[in-house]
Amino acid sequence: MDLLVNQVLAGIATGAIYACMALAIVMIFQAIDHLNFAQGEMAMFSTFIAWQLMQWGVPYWWAFILTLIISFAAGVIIERVLFKPLAKAPVLTNVAGFIALFAIINSVAGLIWDFTIKQFPTPFGSSPFMGSQLISTHQAGMIGVTLVLLILLFLFFRFTRIGLAMRAAATLPESARLVGINTGWMIALGWGMATAIGAIAGILIAPVVFLEPNMMGGVLLYGFAAAVLGGLSSPLGAVIGGFLVGIFENLVGTYIPGVGNELKLPIALALIVIVLVVKPTGLMGRTVVKRV
Amino acid sequence: MSSRHQLRIAAISTALVALVATGGSAFAQKKYDSGATDTEIKVGNIMPYSGPASAYGIIGKTEAAYFQMINDNGGINGRKVNFITYDDAYSPPKAVEHTRKLVESDEVLVVFNPLGTPSNTAIQKYLNTKKVPQLFVATGAAKWNDPKHFPWTMGWQPNYQDEARIYAKYLLKEKPDAKVAVLYQNDDFGKDYVKGFKEGLGDKAKSMIVTEESYEISEPTIDSHIVKIKSTGADTLMDFTTPKFAAQTIKKAGELNWKPLHIVTNVSISVGAVMKPAGFEYGQGVLSAAYLKDGADSQWDNDPGMKKWSAFVDKYLPGSNKSDSGLVYGYGAAQTLQKVLEMCGDNLTRENVMKQAASLKDFQTDVALPGVKINTSATDFAPIQQVQMMRFKGEKWELFGDVISSEAKD
Amino acid sequence: MSTIQETVAKTDAAAVDAPPKKSMALGRTTSLVMLVALLIVPLFVKNFVIFQLTMLLIYGIAVLALNILTGGSGQFSLGQSAFYAIGAYAAAILIEIGNVNYVLTLPIAGIICFAVGFLFGFPALRLSGVYLALATFALAVAMPQLLKLGVFEPWTGGVQGLVVTKPDAPFGLPISQDMWLYYFTLVVALVIYIASVNLLRSRSGRAMMAIRDNEIAASAMGVDISMYKTLAFGVSAGITGVAGALGAIAVQFVAPDSYTFQLAIALFLGMVVGGVGWLPGSLAGAAFIVFVPNIAEGISKGLSGAFFGVLLFLVIYLVPHGARQGAIYAETLLHKLRRS
Repeated sequence: MDLLVNQVLAGIATGAIYACMALAIVMIFQAIDHLNFAQGEMAMFSTFIAWQLMQWGVPYWWAFILTLIISFAAGVIIERVLFKPLAKAPVLTNVAGFIALFAIINSVAGLIWDFTIKQFPTPFGSSPFMGSQLISTHQAGMIGVTLVLLILLFLFFRFTRIGLAMRAAATLPESARLVGINTGWMIALGWGMATAIGAIAGILIAPVVFLEPNMMGGVLLYGFAAAVLGGLSSPLGAVIGGFLVGIFENLVGTYIPGVGNELKLPIALALIVIVLVVKPTGLMGRTVVKRV
Repeated sequence: MSSRHQLRIAAISTALVALVATGGSAFAQKKYDSGATDTEIKVGNIMPYSGPASAYGIIGKTEAAYFQMINDNGGINGRKVNFITYDDAYSPPKAVEHTRKLVESDEVLVVFNPLGTPSNTAIQKYLNTKKVPQLFVATGAAKWNDPKHFPWTMGWQPNYQDEARIYAKYLLKEKPDAKVAVLYQNDDFGKDYVKGFKEGLGDKAKSMIVTEESYEISEPTIDSHIVKIKSTGADTLMDFTTPKFAAQTIKKAGELNWKPLHIVTNVSISVGAVMKPAGFEYGQGVLSAAYLKDGADSQWDNDPGMKKWSAFVDKYLPGSNKSDSGLVYGYGAAQTLQKVLEMCGDNLTRENVMKQAASLKDFQTDVALPGVKINTSATDFAPIQQVQMMRFKGEKWELFGDVISSEAKD
Repeated sequence: MSTIQETVAKTDAAAVDAPPKKSMALGRTTSLVMLVALLIVPLFVKNFVIFQLTMLLIYGIAVLALNILTGGSGQFSLGQSAFYAIGAYAAAILIEIGNVNYVLTLPIAGIICFAVGFLFGFPALRLSGVYLALATFALAVAMPQLLKLGVFEPWTGGVQGLVVTKPDAPFGLPISQDMWLYYFTLVVALVIYIASVNLLRSRSGRAMMAIRDNEIAASAMGVDISMYKTLAFGVSAGITGVAGALGAIAVQFVAPDSYTFQLAIALFLGMVVGGVGWLPGSLAGAAFIVFVPNIAEGISKGLSGAFFGVLLFLVIYLVPHGARQGAIYAETLLHKLRRS
């Protein structure tokens, strides 16, 4: 029983990482209606910017805020410069564009900051949280920030004009244009916000996994899994999905005898696929009715 | 300035020595295979500059810079080294393609220091059929020391299995009743260590090892594995992991206030890239073994070899992070090749390159630990077989005990 | 619900209004010129270029297989590397441990992969768009771990992989191993290409394309949706498996590291660059994934990844619909020239 509790708690701790990333993924999906493969690398690059600012002597919270602003602007610029010209191209071509962006960011980061791992500070400290050794104060802080973000996003999409306009632009671009929404700028705004949320995710994840150009490779995969499991249209679902994937994975590794530990990722992924087969839009996703 | 001057003098004097050593006959008899001429020696190389293992790309860049330095100082026996390196992105099919290009199109004399066990396994048969030296491969698998079946393949660094055997012997001597947890990366690297370690423990492996835990390189963090291992009550942790995961392990164990006897692999001993990010306070007392000096370790600040290395990095790789162990590794490997090519004199056939590579006697690179010497013979294709154990204290590693040779297998 | 499928269908229809019959194959003259070039070039180049061309054909087959799935039936897959790996390992194990002739390993690898793909097609039936992308991506990520599994080690060689013997030319033909393998691959590629073109032109092919364009309308017309969707998965996986087997023989080595999801992404890029749904484009796509990384690293070692990305951006800006768009430009240009 002790082991079970331990593994669930450890799962929540790693799940927080996935939840953070999943939130950024859902954000971009809300804005552009597909997945951005370069999102992890963009988050990594933002985190490096924060790190660089701190190396130059900028205090943590100022670096944090500056990074968010820079990331937001970078997201908007990337959309305007690189992806706006592809707006009329097929979706698969856009996906190829994301892969190209991935390659560019990863390679440039490696050239500027090299591939040795770097420690990244945390404002929450890393002592055991409330006497439990399984969750550190940093991880507790990370869960807290994720939940705050979740609430903010919910309020933004539900109650602000701009949030509603953004959702309209993503789901029904033509109708949105008819009611006077500038859909092009809504997409750019979505990119900016997704990049900023990615930056927060990167800054929260880096103290745990260490900062280096390839730090997001694994995280992005788990983030995708979490976002898809929870339902891509629901921020709440993404966060729940993140924690579930973390817990799933640990329980598989601990309780399936023999191959469990070696195959915990494949088995966790298989479980997600099974969930999707039963509920094809994810746990919390809205079912979209298709018109002929 | 003065160090550069010293370098040049050193290079000229080694060239002179080589000239005297090969004697007058060299002038009478120049022998070349493709890839070598009166003015040039072509050296081929494969490195993962992109893809998942791009962290190792710095080794290739260091080697390219090293040969640039050699050329600026007049080359090897008057011949410039033309270092041709290609990116295989750590993918064996790409390694095969590029190796074939090196041999058939660029016509290199040797393929030097190609990186990665899978890539080297993929090209080994081809190079041996073509009789092209696959010299000083950049992987620690045990299989490269097999002159009987693969006379054209030679390793360089100490192999993982031997290193693990040394740890096993240490444990048997110092802590025979240890409850050992083994954490390893689920690939050729980690499995080689586990194999060597179990062989080293022999009959006691079953009773001593309480748990074996593996992780995949795609996992963002291995914290939960550490939690699990700790709960088994083990008091000794064999940490067969690569740098990032070793740092995570040291940090997490420290945060959990778990203080086992902790041994990390030679791959993960960088002060700047493992111990510092993990936190010096958590790294106290961690054990490992080394054969190269560390570029960020202050104890080598006045070491003549490391001064040369440092001057080289400042001039040819400006702006590099000196705590990156790839810079030291690439320098050592390139210097070993320089030595072999000097020994070849004017007889630059592939056969002679292998012959000379197999007759290195007590050669010491600038970056090797004191006492770690390179010895090879026609039956011994494992250049570096010596390591020394060390313990982390304060902000650096403290060497202890003798330089241990792994030659004596039991 | 099915974002990717719908948009693919929509934009494809909008971009290329050539009849499906024409858009699936090249004109007769162009085909002949291509064939002659593929036959003659190896006679004048070095062995390693022949090896590169062999790899080009092999990746071409794999891209074509993905094209049948995505271009033909509108299903999206990021998991093709898994089928490629199964084919490669099947061939390697049969040759090295079973002592089976290498020619026979191709159909066996194809059949095994067809079965695996067909079975995978069932859960995939319920998924579409990004959800299907994730499911197939999961397969690609899981495959190297399955290949490493200790239980299979006596056959797969575990993390160390298996070294495969390269076949000599038969009947004492006086040509090199590389050249023999090239022509052997060329024959296999041609057979697969012709069969695929005919498949898409057949009743089944039309059924698949109807599903791609509008699933609900197709089912209303009496097309058995699940049958054709799983069939497309099976056929695509089977062909990918044959490519994998050829790849194992040409590279002479199989290892888990050879078949990571990077391969799946490369094949996907090949399909986009070649033009989704246009089979001859597969060869252009394969050329992109074989040669462009080499060009990129020729520009800069430290930034090879960045230059690869930049080149990829250039290609998709110039021809967002892939090589097919380039071919259409060229064709119209030729027509104009002929008329004037």
